[in-house]
Amino acid sequence: MKLRKIVLAAAVVAAGASSLVSTGAFAQAKEQYLPVLSYRTGPYAPNGTPTANGIVDYYKLVNARGGINGVKLLFEECETGYDTARSVECYERLKGKNGGATLIHPWSTGATFALTEKAPADKIPLITTGYGRSESADGTIFKWNFPLLGTYWVAADAIIQAIGKKEGGLDKLKGKKIALVYHDSPFGKEPIPLLQERSKMHGFDLQLLPVTAPGVEQKATWLQVRQSRPDYTLLWGWGVMNSTALKEAQATGYPREKMYGVWWSSAEPDVKDVGQGAKGYNGVTLQHGTDRNAPIVKEILEKLHAKGQGTGPKEEVGETLYLRGVVSAAMGVEGIRAAQERFGKGKVMTGEQVRWGLENLNLTQAKLDALGFKGVMRPVSTSCADHVGAGAARIHTWDGAKWTFTSDWIEADQQIIKPLVKSTAAKYAADKKLSPRTPADCQS
Amino acid sequence: MLYRENGQFKTSYRADQQILPILQDRIAVFVLLAVAFVAVPMLASDYLMRAILIPFLIFSLAAVGVNILVGYCGQISLGSGAFMAVGAYGAYNFFVRLPGLPLIPALILGGLCAMFFGILFGLPSLRVRGLYLAVATLAAQFFADWMFLRIKWFTLDTPSGSVAVSNLQVFGMPIDSAVSKYLFCLCILAVIALLAKNLVRGAIGREWMAIRDMDVAAAVIGIRPMYAKLSAFAVSSFIIGVAGALWAFIYLGAWEPSAFSVDYSFRLLFMVIIGGLGSIMGSFFGAAFIVILPIALNQFLPLLAGLVGITISTTAVSHAELMIFGGLIVWFLIVEPHGLARLWAVGKQKLRLWPFPH
Repeated sequence: MKLRKIVLAAAVVAAGASSLVSTGAFAQAKEQYLPVLSYRTGPYAPNGTPTANGIVDYYKLVNARGGINGVKLLFEECETGYDTARSVECYERLKGKNGGATLIHPWSTGATFALTEKAPADKIPLITTGYGRSESADGTIFKWNFPLLGTYWVAADAIIQAIGKKEGGLDKLKGKKIALVYHDSPFGKEPIPLLQERSKMHGFDLQLLPVTAPGVEQKATWLQVRQSRPDYTLLWGWGVMNSTALKEAQATGYPREKMYGVWWSSAEPDVKDVGQGAKGYNGVTLQHGTDRNAPIVKEILEKLHAKGQGTGPKEEVGETLYLRGVVSAAMGVEGIRAAQERFGKGKVMTGEQVRWGLENLNLTQAKLDALGFKGVMRPVSTSCADHVGAGAARIHTWDGAKWTFTSDWIEADQQIIKPLVKSTAAKYAADKKLSPRTPADCQS
Repeated sequence: MLYRENGQFKTSYRADQQILPILQDRIAVFVLLAVAFVAVPMLASDYLMRAILIPFLIFSLAAVGVNILVGYCGQISLGSGAFMAVGAYGAYNFFVRLPGLPLIPALILGGLCAMFFGILFGLPSLRVRGLYLAVATLAAQFFADWMFLRIKWFTLDTPSGSVAVSNLQVFGMPIDSAVSKYLFCLCILAVIALLAKNLVRGAIGREWMAIRDMDVAAAVIGIRPMYAKLSAFAVSSFIIGVAGALWAFIYLGAWEPSAFSVDYSFRLLFMVIIGGLGSIMGSFFGAAFIVILPIALNQFLPLLAGLVGITISTTAVSHAELMIFGGLIVWFLIVEPHGLARLWAVGKQKLRLWPFPH
């Protein structure tokens, strides 16, 4: 019996030995507890792993810098495998630990939908940097959701503007054909309302081409592309779907220069396998792209990876998805800092206080530069009504070996996005019989 | 010693045919129900109820449904995920489109939608059998995936195709705390499991089993195969549909079609096979095995590693979890191919004789 137990333990150790990374929590007094939902296994692991590494590394860096006004961060990972049910289980498991979770990054659109219903009751803010529900930008109805830095509508709008610029003006889009190849899930469908709005405005023809998840089989979709020859193709995929789409585009001879991916479709794991075949492919970025020379990246390399405390391979530090993790984690940390400035420096904040902090973020360029985000991010400022805080994006292009920025900052047109957010959020509120927050509630 | 029926004489057919003929069994079941209804809500933590017990109850219910079809009637089905989805979206549409409709009628109507869907996709069972039927029912799964993704009417034209429910209440009591959700699921499970148990003991259950064991012989002795097979599909998909509605309404709260992917069809089939085909009790064992074991392993492994003195990463834990889980499935199927329920029955038989060898 004893022998059997030893064998079992040995098997576990052997199984884990190949991927042993120490992410143990450091138990100390006065700590801010941050659960990390990650997916380092499953079909989306190639994309989930660098993101998780970025988050964990940033938390470690904050601790190495001395915490937030002396309050150290305590974090714990929970593996979800990108499965909604498992994400909910992780959320339930971690939300009450160590004095309660401060904030949650769900890291999946499905989990965001499920947790949106649960977070208000538990008083835990949800940060969904560049994903989740686009209408949750309206903070008067979605009190606990923070789609910081940009929603899918910002991404779609920026892409259309970039295409317009390429054509020499948005009015030149009239009569053009733009196809959207999307992951057939809420994530993929999110940009459709905005694109329809834009297509009405400029008179281009929008062709919707859904791809069944996970997207390894796209022959039929690209056959349609081949037949209708759209002038531009937007790619709204995730994980293996992206590299498959690029390979199919190559096989059908569709020019990659005319393809634009959302920020979840334009990172290193998406194009690496395709290499030269993806040359010319464009992607909109969630503010940051790949930047190995950013001060924050250098600091992480120096303070963590040089000492052997980094998470994941050193070569990936500074890549797009890694930086996405870093930037997202930084948003949460700055929310906590903003809360501390109001509710007491050097104290552990509750979820409610952090929610206030996230709603009153005012990250000026000077503050961001001091944090090491020079050239990576632009100012972010949120309010009760605006939970996004920014609406600018850049386009980067794959040159066969690396991503380089090929456009200046593109400001998404709030004239189009705002009414769309308002009406969709109002519909959500009507369905759920919610009343918008009063101005008094906004002050608190 | 304690567990034996000596001296318990039955004086009527009624007493002889009750569900639990042995006094000790009756006591055990009443204790179990008392624990489930009284002790668990008082003692269990919020996490235990919300994240482990509620999924366990809902999947037990679904497994009971699958077991009726696969275990009792012998019709292998891979469409269970679709029946869950139809139940969930059906209940959702009734719940949202008919304002003021209480929760329980909405769940029942959802179950009825699943029932008609199940009968429709059960029609091929009149022609094809065994593994071929499994492939045919897989069509139900793909059809449901397609339907809820593409037909916007079912999702109330939400731009993302994801739907949500809130403000659930039963007889004026809100269903939002962990305890109320748990008790609600438990009540529904208890009622439906009791009904299912009685169905399979009765005439119709015997018809199903006759069809399962040899359909030609069953037809010869006067059992109508069409009626038996389709009634099995109807009852089974009704129960699975209610379970799907509970999964969506109570556990997820907001969901998208991928919440009922083909993965769930497989998982439910495995639950029934591992738990024990043709056993209501086995459905509970199977659900516990598939729902609780991975989560338990996930939390137990870091502790185990901590005892040995190492920290293991979340990646390593989840890889190990899958490996051990897979290993255990194989091990159980080798040790007892008839499932955990059979293991339980053998244990009970041994207990009857204990401490004597014969």
